[in-house]
Order: sequence, then C-alpha cells, then structure tokens
Amino acid sequence: MALAMLIAPQDEAALAGAIAEAYGASSPLAVRGNGTKASLGRPVQAAAVLTTRALHGITLYSPSELVIAARAGTPVAEIETVLAQTGQHLIAEPPDLSPLTGPGEGPQTIGGVVSCNLSGPRRIALGAMRDHVLGVRAVNGTGEVIRSGGRVLKNVTGLDLAKLLAGSRGTLAVLSEITLKVLPKPERTLTVMLRDLAPARGIAALSAGLGSPYGVTGAAHLPPEAAARAGLGARAASLLRLEDFADFVPRRARALAETLTEFGPSEILDEAASLALWRGVRDAALLGVGDEEAVWRLSVRPSRGAAAAEALARAFAPRLLFDWGGGLVWAAGPASEAAHQAVTETVRRAEGTFWLVRAPASLRAALPGLPEDPPPLAALTRRVKHAFDPKGILNPGRVFAGV
Amino acid sequence: MIALPPPDPSVLARREAIVADLARLVGPANVISEVLRLKPYETDGFTAYKRVPLAVCLPDSTEGVAAVLRYCTSNGIRAVPRAAGTSLSGGALPLEDAVVIGVSRLNRILEVSCEDRLVRVEAGVTNLGVTRAVEGEGFFYAPDPSSQLACMIAGNIAMNSGGAHCLKYGVTANNLLGLTFVTVEGEIVSVGGGHLDTPGYDWLGLMCGSEGQLGIVTEATLRILRAAEGARAMLVGFRATDVAAAAVADIIGSGIIPVALEFMDKPCIRACEDFAHAGYPLDAEAMLIIEVEGSADEQDALLGRLETICQRHDPLTVRLARTAEESAAIWKGRKGAFGAIGRISPDYLCMDGTIPPASLPEAMRRIEALSQQYGLMVANVFHAGDGNLHPLILFDANDEGSFARAEALGADILRLCVELGGCLTGEHGVGIEKRDLMREQFSSADLAQQARLKRAFDPGWLLNPHKVFPPEFAKAA
Repeated sequence: MALAMLIAPQDEAALAGAIAEAYGASSPLAVRGNGTKASLGRPVQAAAVLTTRALHGITLYSPSELVIAARAGTPVAEIETVLAQTGQHLIAEPPDLSPLTGPGEGPQTIGGVVSCNLSGPRRIALGAMRDHVLGVRAVNGTGEVIRSGGRVLKNVTGLDLAKLLAGSRGTLAVLSEITLKVLPKPERTLTVMLRDLAPARGIAALSAGLGSPYGVTGAAHLPPEAAARAGLGARAASLLRLEDFADFVPRRARALAETLTEFGPSEILDEAASLALWRGVRDAALLGVGDEEAVWRLSVRPSRGAAAAEALARAFAPRLLFDWGGGLVWAAGPASEAAHQAVTETVRRAEGTFWLVRAPASLRAALPGLPEDPPPLAALTRRVKHAFDPKGILNPGRVFAGV
Repeated sequence: MIALPPPDPSVLARREAIVADLARLVGPANVISEVLRLKPYETDGFTAYKRVPLAVCLPDSTEGVAAVLRYCTSNGIRAVPRAAGTSLSGGALPLEDAVVIGVSRLNRILEVSCEDRLVRVEAGVTNLGVTRAVEGEGFFYAPDPSSQLACMIAGNIAMNSGGAHCLKYGVTANNLLGLTFVTVEGEIVSVGGGHLDTPGYDWLGLMCGSEGQLGIVTEATLRILRAAEGARAMLVGFRATDVAAAAVADIIGSGIIPVALEFMDKPCIRACEDFAHAGYPLDAEAMLIIEVEGSADEQDALLGRLETICQRHDPLTVRLARTAEESAAIWKGRKGAFGAIGRISPDYLCMDGTIPPASLPEAMRRIEALSQQYGLMVANVFHAGDGNLHPLILFDANDEGSFARAEALGADILRLCVELGGCLTGEHGVGIEKRDLMREQFSSADLAQQARLKRAFDPGWLLNPHKVFPPEFAKAA
C-alpha cells in the first residue's frame, strides 16, 4: 500500500472527477479518510488510495434546528468542539478506536465514523450513528454526484440511500458531505455502580436499569481486569449512566440505586469520574490490547451476552468488556484462526453478529470479518453493489471477498 | 390526477386462471376475487384514486406470501403490497392488472421480551397492538402515527411512520431491530434480529420507507421502551404564527427537547374547538401543545422553564396541565384534528412536507398566500419541533374543479417545502400522490440511482408499480 498513488480531491467536483477517471480506466480505488479504521475490514488491493481528508469544513450549523452538516473529511473532534460551544453534541457518541486500531494518518473523520456506523454507549438509548444521518451527498462508482435525504428531521422521500451508504464502508459511493441530527449536551452525568457481579448477574442488573423509567443512557459491565484498568480496583463493576438536567440526575440516581437493591449496594460516581469512565467504555480502551492480539466486537441480544462470553472462554482466554446493556461484547484474544472460528460459531448460536475490529492483515485477508450472508442476502449485496458501482472499483473486497 | 397506464389486457384475460392458481397456492379462503368483495380494497386512505384489483391474496404465512410472489414474478403479474390500507399517499392503491398481497392475516405476536426490550411480531399486527402487548409491563412502542389503532407494522415500515412523539423517540427506522421480508422472486430473507447494528449493508434502514418497492415485509422485531415516570402537557396561544415559530426555536435552543411540540393555526384551532370543546383559545392565531416527561417534580421544573420561555413571546394564553386528566383535555382537540376538519369540509387533502423549522414563519405566510390564490381554505396542524407540516386543504370532491385546484395547491405547497430546504414527505410517503413531484426534490442522477437500486431488488419492476418514481425512471431491467 505504501507505493499506491494518493488522490486527495479538494472539493466534491474533483472527487467526482477522480472517480469518473478511475471508472473509465476500470482502476480500483482504496477509499479512506485518515485511515484510522484500516484494520476494520479486509485489506483492499488497489493501485490508488482515494482520501476524503481534503474535503474539510462545517457547511451548516443551526443549533435551534438540531442540525449540522460537514464535509466528509472534517475531523470528528472539530465537529464536537463546534457543537460544544453551543452546548450540543453528537447523539451516538462515536468512539475513537485508535487505542485498538492505531493512530492512522490523522484524526478520525466524520465520513469514517458514518461509513462504519460506529456508535458508543449511548447507542442503547438514543440510536446508532446511522440513525442521526439526515442526508448525504456522495459520488457513486461511475463518478456521479448523488444526494439523498436532506437537512430536515423527518423525511421519507424516496429510497433511503443515506442509511444505505452509512455503514457501507465506501463500497457503494464515497461520501462527500453528511448532515446529522444533534442534541443538547446533558448538563450533568452520574453513574450508578454495582460491584462484584458475575457477567450474567451484572447484565441482569443492567437490564433492570434499562427497564426502569429513569432514562439510563449507558449500561456497561466491566470484568475485574477492565475495572482495574479504569482505576476502580480489580473487582467487577456494573455501570448505569444517567444524563440530564443538573437538578434531575441526583434524584434519579438514588431512585435507580433503590430499584437495583436486589443486586447489592450501589455507589454513585460523580461527574468527573463518570465522564472518564464512559470515555474508556466508548473507546474500548478498558479492554487493554496486546500488540499481537485480535479484537472482535460481538452484538447479541443482551440476555445472551454472558453465555456468548462463556462460549468464547471455552475456546480461548478472552479479555472482555460488555456495553449496550450486555449486548455488545468486546473480546480481545489471540489473532488465530481458531479464536476467530470460536467467535463466528458463538454469534451463530446466539443469532447475533460480529465484527473483526483488529487483526494482522494476513488474517483479515484470509477470514471473513463479519458473518457470511445467507445466499439470498449475498445475492442482494452483489446486486446492490453493482447498482452503485458497476465496475467494482470502490473499496473492492473491503467488506466481503469478491464484492 | 396522475395518469396510470391502461391495464395489461393479457393479464386481465387470464384473470380466472390466475385466481384459480392463487387459490391453489394459499387456499381459497385466503383469496378474494368476487367483485363485491374486492370493492373495499379499491383504494386506501388517499381516496381520490380508486382501482379495483385483479384479485386480493391474504396469505396466513410468510411461505404463503413467498409462494404468491414467486408465482406473480414467474408469470409476469404485478403485485401491490397492502397492510391496513391507511396510506394517505396512495401507497397501497391497487391496480386492475395487479394482485394485492395483504398481510392482515399475519397478525400474531410471536415474542415479548422485556429483558431484551423487544417484541417480535408478524407484520399485520397493528401499531397499537404492539404497545397493548407490553404496556402491562410498563413498556411501549414509540412510533405513534395518528392511525395507530388501525395501521399495521408492515405499513409503518413501508412508510417509515413517525407520529407526535418522534422528536424524542424517533421514527420507525430508529425502532426496528430485525425484519423478515420476501423478495419479488419469492425468497425469504431475514435481516437483523434481537441485537443491534448488523455490519454489512443497512437492509433495515433501506427497507424502512421503501413503500413496498423492494419486497414484502412479513415479520419484524421492534425495540420497546420503558415508559417515563409521567408526562404532562401545556397549551400556549400566540398572537401570530411568526411569534409561535420564534417560541419553538427558543424552546429547542434552550436545551429542552419536549416529547411533543405540536402547532395549530387559527382555522385548525377553531375546527378542533367546535368539535372537541377542549377549551382552545379562539382569539389566538397559533397555538402550541408542548408535552414533557419525567417525575412530577421534573415535569413541574420543565413546564416552568417552558412557561418562562413562552412568556418572552407575549402569549395570549398559557395553560399548564396539573394532572393527567388536564393533559388529556389539552390533547383531545389535537387528536381529533383530522376528524374536526372533516366536519367543516366534505373533503380535504392532507399534505406532509417537511421544512427546516427556522423557515416556519415564511412557510406559513406563503401557504396563506397560496390558499388565497387558489380560493381554498388551508388549516395547519403539525409537528413543529421537527418541521413536519400537515397543511389540510379543504375542497369538495363532488366538484371536479375543486379537486383539481386542491391538487395543484398541494403541489405548490410541496414545491415551497423543497424550496425552503425541506422535502416532499415527512411520514406519509410518496405513493401515487407525489410521484411526479419527485423531480422537484431530486436530480435525474439521484432518481436514476434510486431506480437502479429498485431494479437490484425487482428487475422486472413488478412490485407496487407506477408509484414513487416518475414514469421515465420506472423501467424494468
């Protein structure tokens, strides 16, 4: 990849031109922003790298309408800073996975987190990154600029290409601009913490909290090792986050703790501790990953999270972190085919899904980074790919081999 | 009127044989072919258009839907999916040479899990039926379109339905975890499930709002939410629509996201008051209904803050509900709004454009001017927080000129929404109604891309044809 030609269009017209040229030449492009998520997905064989990093800047921000639009290469951090100035934030709390995936060539871009549909702990309460994509501008595999959605909060006009492109990893079209719904940043964050629960019991506590009327916006379970890494001591910690107006949250935290007494005594963590802790959960930094290890992100029904973890533990010795009420299981372990097979088999039995987040390129090239689709869906995947990118030049093989 | 092509005579000629084949595939009890019994299926909630279908099939299993679709495709017969038939855009309008495939007999609730906060249902379960199944445990299903008593989950998915509470809780796409659908070739496909966020292409997001163009949904896994501790509403009357719109912007800008933020203009206030006697301020030019959630103390605090904000806009009336009963009284008029308009006018068209909320004052002024220009009354009731307008155009269906003017006025209002940076439809769908206006919002490249995507699912363009796409884009592969 080091020898690949780098194309960094300065505007959407240049982006369309570059793709049209590659289309004419039937020449595949590896699509990226700053490459911070290179390890999520299969390696792409391409003579040229097309980066959106020069498509930079916020193009619209209307706080009273809860919308912001930015060019795809705009760093997420820059958008967060601008939003914070008016007391707003990105709803899905997108993670910064660089502790797991490496630093890339610059800060992660909004195009990157939308293309990978990456969401943090707030996913469980307020939706995924793709849920807040109101509209996109993008260039398809023939070099045409296409638009979908818009800048309004409710829109069912035509097929929802915006959602389809979010999460499509640059394999259908290259995003040039994204419009997002945003929300007011909560005034206060507190955490209700229960200790020493085994995963199944901890997840049951998270479920009870999420089933309470107090508006839990984060529900994670840290096994002892992750808890120690968070500075909480090497005892399991089950965490429930509350975020709202400053005068509402303390009462709700007490009421929530009361609801959870059957799980043992709780402790209430203050704002500073809570913010740091949830950032660690968001970025899966509390997993702690060794140089040679692989990381998988499993998504299952919350009630099957603990059993899935046990199944993994029968095959290898995973380090674990549970988010999304126990439904998101982060697992670190040996970068081996056997471990990968155990993950694949575990989610198949749990009727869930997984994503290989990090592994050496050789493993990522050899194994599917997500469950294989059943034949009718695999056929639709190929046909949809062809409808956007008839010559297969955009990130070929990034998600599925041969697509 | 949108012109539909003449029905295919070769299909009409085979009608008896087709009906016999359908009866063999799904059982005679699940096929309707007598003219009298087909009559109720000739239209949907958009009653200006009527077509008696070739036959109606109501399979009682996903496999039955698959068998019928496979049959239709291999015989080149068009199919129109249908749920409850409450579409306000003609999304379920039948065609004379098409088989209607209804999901109303797929009406079982398959699983309720409060632990995993989900419900798995067949797609013919009603929207309210989902909430009814879980409310005993303190949960609810968030999307709540006005038709929720009748409308079905399959239709909610087809139109990505919202409702009054989607400012806080989102629309159908945000509350959908899994789907089973049948492709036009009769393949049964399951996507998502009880978990969140499946990698690969976002089939759930794509199917939501796809208006029966891509497949027929037979089963869905829906996210349910624990109900808040309580909710209360307030009502505020303003001297002018501009002022009410400024108050809306101030509320959202203050950091409070009410669970509902509804706007009514003077004609609508009057109609609702005459109908429901809800105590609405008849002197106000515009009125907001604002609902907040939380504990009793939190409700007091939020309503107090909202009152302070509204007071800055010199309101004529401010009424804070102190009890659930007083809240219900405030909502009573709004919930009966469409019925109330139905009392003062023999017929009305309900528009559904969305605008950026900041353009509300301009939109109101220009809709009023259009109303004068066309000589038809327009009453406005809508979800103000998300800019989803519902202008109701009053006309008389017995007067052909009146309907033509109403359609033309509606088209101008939707063009205005697009011009202001909005869109043609927020939650009712394009259907037959807005098909030819799609060119106003999208470029040829945009529509051609959507059409290629449609053909990836339906190469023969047999599913719900003549809708959503302007005719020049609606071509089989």
